[in-house]
Amino acid sequence: MTLNDILRTAVFALRGNWMRSALTSLGVIIGIAAVIIMVSVGQGTQAEINKMVSGLGSNRLDISSGAGNQGGIRTGAGSQWTLTDDDAAAIRAQIPEVQYVAAGIRGGSQLVYAENNWSTSWQGVQPDFFDINGWKIGQGEGLAAQDYSGAAKSVVIGETVRLNLFGEEEALGQTIRIGKVPFKVVGVLAPKGQGGFGQDQDDVVMIPLETARRRLSGSTARPPGAVQQIAIGVTRAEDLAYVQEEVEVLMRERHRIAPGAEDDFSVRNIAEIVATRTATTRIMSLLLGAVAGISLIVGGIGIMNIMLVSVTERIREIGLRMAVGAGPRDIQRQFLTEAMLISFGGGAIGTAIGVVGSLTVSKFSELPVQLDWQVVALAVVCSVSTGLFFGFYPARKASQLDPIEALRHQG
Amino acid sequence: MKNNYVIETQSLSKVYHPGTQAEVVALNAVDLKIRAGEFIAIMGASGSGKSTLMNLIGCLDKPSSGRYLCDGIDVSTLDREELAKLRLSKLGFIFQGFNLLTRMDALHNVMMPLAYANRPLAERESLAKAALDAVGLSGRATHLPGELSGGQQQRVAIARAIINNPPIILADEPTGALDSRTGEEILELFKRLKNEGHTMVLITHDAQVAEHADRICVMRDGKLFETEKAA
Repeated sequence: MTLNDILRTAVFALRGNWMRSALTSLGVIIGIAAVIIMVSVGQGTQAEINKMVSGLGSNRLDISSGAGNQGGIRTGAGSQWTLTDDDAAAIRAQIPEVQYVAAGIRGGSQLVYAENNWSTSWQGVQPDFFDINGWKIGQGEGLAAQDYSGAAKSVVIGETVRLNLFGEEEALGQTIRIGKVPFKVVGVLAPKGQGGFGQDQDDVVMIPLETARRRLSGSTARPPGAVQQIAIGVTRAEDLAYVQEEVEVLMRERHRIAPGAEDDFSVRNIAEIVATRTATTRIMSLLLGAVAGISLIVGGIGIMNIMLVSVTERIREIGLRMAVGAGPRDIQRQFLTEAMLISFGGGAIGTAIGVVGSLTVSKFSELPVQLDWQVVALAVVCSVSTGLFFGFYPARKASQLDPIEALRHQG
Repeated sequence: MKNNYVIETQSLSKVYHPGTQAEVVALNAVDLKIRAGEFIAIMGASGSGKSTLMNLIGCLDKPSSGRYLCDGIDVSTLDREELAKLRLSKLGFIFQGFNLLTRMDALHNVMMPLAYANRPLAERESLAKAALDAVGLSGRATHLPGELSGGQQQRVAIARAIINNPPIILADEPTGALDSRTGEEILELFKRLKNEGHTMVLITHDAQVAEHADRICVMRDGKLFETEKAA
């Protein structure tokens, strides 16, 4: 039999029982549509989470001066500024996976504008700092190249600071005092909202590193170029662990730390956030896989059930076809094709409903939706292979019938 | 040497449930030789083994012992797939209950075996129409079996049996479900087919029906006996 013959025979048989065929494919229709919608919503949610997590800076490493938080009693942090601008430059020059490097120092001060004042911490930063932390300038120009090089008394403030100092007034171009030093506001950061740990991320003030060093950090006894911390942005999140090792090796080398001796710096990444993201991704794909699997199995069982009924009902037809010269293979192919047509038809309609459903969900609800053509392709492949898998047993049963018994069958 | 028997059995036997208490010897060393173009009737009461013989001749079953040459081909060496091929090219079946597919019209019922023979789609309809013409049903091509009389349905079945032009046509009680007048018409049709060169094997329990054949054999308790035809 040619493929054309097999298809025509199968379509004819399915049309003869079209209601039953339609109801059987309904199982596959619902299954495939559910898979597409669930996976689209799942992927959308995942993309949303990824965006949120990378907003927190999951691609970043932080090097702090001193042994950081692990020792017992230390002399004040101020006496332990072991990192320098040159360390930051060396990292940038020697580790190609590093995209951004920014050395920084920080401190706390009272901010004053007119009759308003506000207590917060300031940070002396280098230009890459904004990229590493995903800060965007909401108003104004931000810190310009000559602000950094000339140690200008320019400041960029966060949304919380702006509200507390200026309220409804225009902040750009105004002068505020940090401690006793006047600074000109050159930018307001776009708000970020609450951070991953509940802190207000918009309660920040940023000034050029050199300005902070000269005007705000009180002590002059520190080595030249010393900084408290270096923030590093890595191009790809996968390289984070590798870059962390490279940085540690480089720093030990530069600081001439003997093997076995304690580091005078510490490197941290936001490991728990990365881990959370990995876990979320895994659970999400597990859940979606389960939904897809269950719905396809349910649809497949429906197909198998109906095909078995169909084989039993058509025993005489099978016997007759065998008598006139159909081989077991012809019979098997015919029933397998019927099962696959049911599941493929269901898969095609289910895909259409799933795609329309996903678009509807994304249009009318808050859920983020991301529809990939791979998902659609996967759904179609799944629907066909469901028919193949669950149609195989009934088709085989039909092909193994004894033609004499089949012809004699009553009913 | 040229073998001119189209059906030749050599001590063909069939035993059901061998070695158990339910053992039944349905066919006991049957030697049957049928030449091309013969019209033979095989008679027998129910349980005589005539259905078993027909199933073996029809390549639907395999013998327990003995040999069967179907148009010169030894059937015992063939698997299910090859048996199907053999049925396709050598045999046409006609049943008591017609066995038409009720959802297909007469034309498509007749065309059905052509698909398994891999005949080109374009030829099939004209072949089937010709076969329906040959059985005198030219005007009924688009009728469903349910819209035809018993005799007409059996004619459709006959058209289906001859569509691949097989040398042998096996008819199992073809007139059993028909009134005697219609039965006569069907048997006349068989004679015509015989004259066109088909070998006709007619299985029946009815002596009057068997009378139409040129040669009559009788099955009794699994054994085959040749009878002299009453003149």
